[in-house]
Amino acid sequence: MAATRTLPKLDADNRAFWTGGAEGQLRLMRCQDCKTFIHPPRPVCRKCLSENVKPEAVAGTGVVYSYTINYQKWSPTMEVPFVIARVAIDGAPGVLLTTNIVDCPVDSVDIGDKVRVKFLQQDDVFIPLFEKIN
Amino acid sequence: MSANEAYISGVGQSEIGTRLTRSPLLLTLDAVREALDEAGLTIGQIDGVSTYPGRIPAYLGFSPVGADELIDALGIRATWYAGGGEISSQLGAVVAAAAAVRAGQARHVICFRTVYEAAALARPDEYPRPQRDRVDGSSQWFAPFNAISAVTWTAQYAMLHVKRYGLKREQLAQIALTARAHSALNPRALVREPLTMDEYMSARMISSPLCLYDCDRFTDASTVVIVSAGDALDEVKCTPIRIAAMAGTVERHSWDQADELACYPTGADLWKRTDYKPADVDTAQLYDGFSFQALAWIEALGFCELGEGGRFIEGGKRIALDGELPLNTFGGQIGAGRLHGFGFAHEAVVQLRGKGGARQIPGDPRVAVSTSGGGPLATALLLARD
Ligand SMILES: [Zn+2]
Repeated sequence: MAATRTLPKLDADNRAFWTGGAEGQLRLMRCQDCKTFIHPPRPVCRKCLSENVKPEAVAGTGVVYSYTINYQKWSPTMEVPFVIARVAIDGAPGVLLTTNIVDCPVDSVDIGDKVRVKFLQQDDVFIPLFEKIN
Repeated sequence: MSANEAYISGVGQSEIGTRLTRSPLLLTLDAVREALDEAGLTIGQIDGVSTYPGRIPAYLGFSPVGADELIDALGIRATWYAGGGEISSQLGAVVAAAAAVRAGQARHVICFRTVYEAAALARPDEYPRPQRDRVDGSSQWFAPFNAISAVTWTAQYAMLHVKRYGLKREQLAQIALTARAHSALNPRALVREPLTMDEYMSARMISSPLCLYDCDRFTDASTVVIVSAGDALDEVKCTPIRIAAMAGTVERHSWDQADELACYPTGADLWKRTDYKPADVDTAQLYDGFSFQALAWIEALGFCELGEGGRFIEGGKRIALDGELPLNTFGGQIGAGRLHGFGFAHEAVVQLRGKGGARQIPGDPRVAVSTSGGGPLATALLLARD
């Protein structure tokens, strides 16, 4: 996974999410009226249509909701295998982040595993990866 | 025949191949000609065009021909047309056409999907892959994690089935084995050799639990379905197939924020719009870009309970040509090639007309279901020969 990753184009909606790692924070958009987390981040609450939304830091831990071990090299420089997972974020009901579970054998990951965010900086982007909590 | 309903009249298909040199427009023409011949229609009687996802200039292999070009190239006087990707999936183009003929906007609509992904891989100078610097939109939530292919997204839904419901690879294998048994009987199919359980079980993993044979493969082809108005059927010579119900529901338009694939609410909504029941269905043509999607559609359409799909197809007898629910009788995308959704509607019509040849299902099939789409994209069509 050392190869360069494709990065997001930063904009007003997503900047807090992709740069929160500079302060070690996983930031999710949240409606300040009904407290619903809004992911992907948008300037309106999908539950109550309030525009009173702002990014909030969450604990940065979560649980593996589902996963797959990717074996296919989708580009010549890609290092395989690696784990792609959807992580249910603690304290943010309904939010599932697609991510990689890193720093463990690929066959050691299972649904229900507790994980913690670990940011990987590339240029001005802090990519939220996750590692297992033992 | 009911004047205010929509019917499928002619269907057609080009050669299905890889690295074809015949141009995508001419492949589309081949499919159009075959569909017109079957329907007994001339191009002058066509007054509508519908396609998915429209011409994609940045990725021509994926979609090289749009409605605009076809209308002008074939000299069609169109009173209604549409083409685009923001619809409930590939067969959403047929849903749109059916709505248009029922609303009196057109009488005979060519619906088409042309793919040129294999030729594009072979001729990158002519058909370059999209160049990505930074990504936005939904891609940004996947590409930074190298979750680039839909197989990695679909595999995670399959993994939930493995862990929640005990889905086994030996069970899922039946989607691919059945597809390949059927494609061996389809003269046009891309892959004509059957697949054995041993070959499946020893295949390399792509994205667990999905292996090489759980995936369709890039193809060059065009498929056409003509949707005709109920009050225009006197112009049609083939047996009309009624579009008895249609559905395309999404509850969360996202590949990773949803708990379930959109096929589940779509399947449930389909049966709310008809008096037919799942037990009335004589054959199912279910999207299998990845095998697990077909299994999910089986559950979603109520052929078995949620989570029972693996046990339902175990052994493969139920979904064989002579089984209670013959599945993907043309070989699906796994066997016949990645026709991208339209192959399922085409084959449903072939079977309902008894034109399947060596792959024709026995009896007198009158009702078929065909679907397209995975993830947040789902369309279901219930088709009936009255
Ligand atoms: Zn709200």
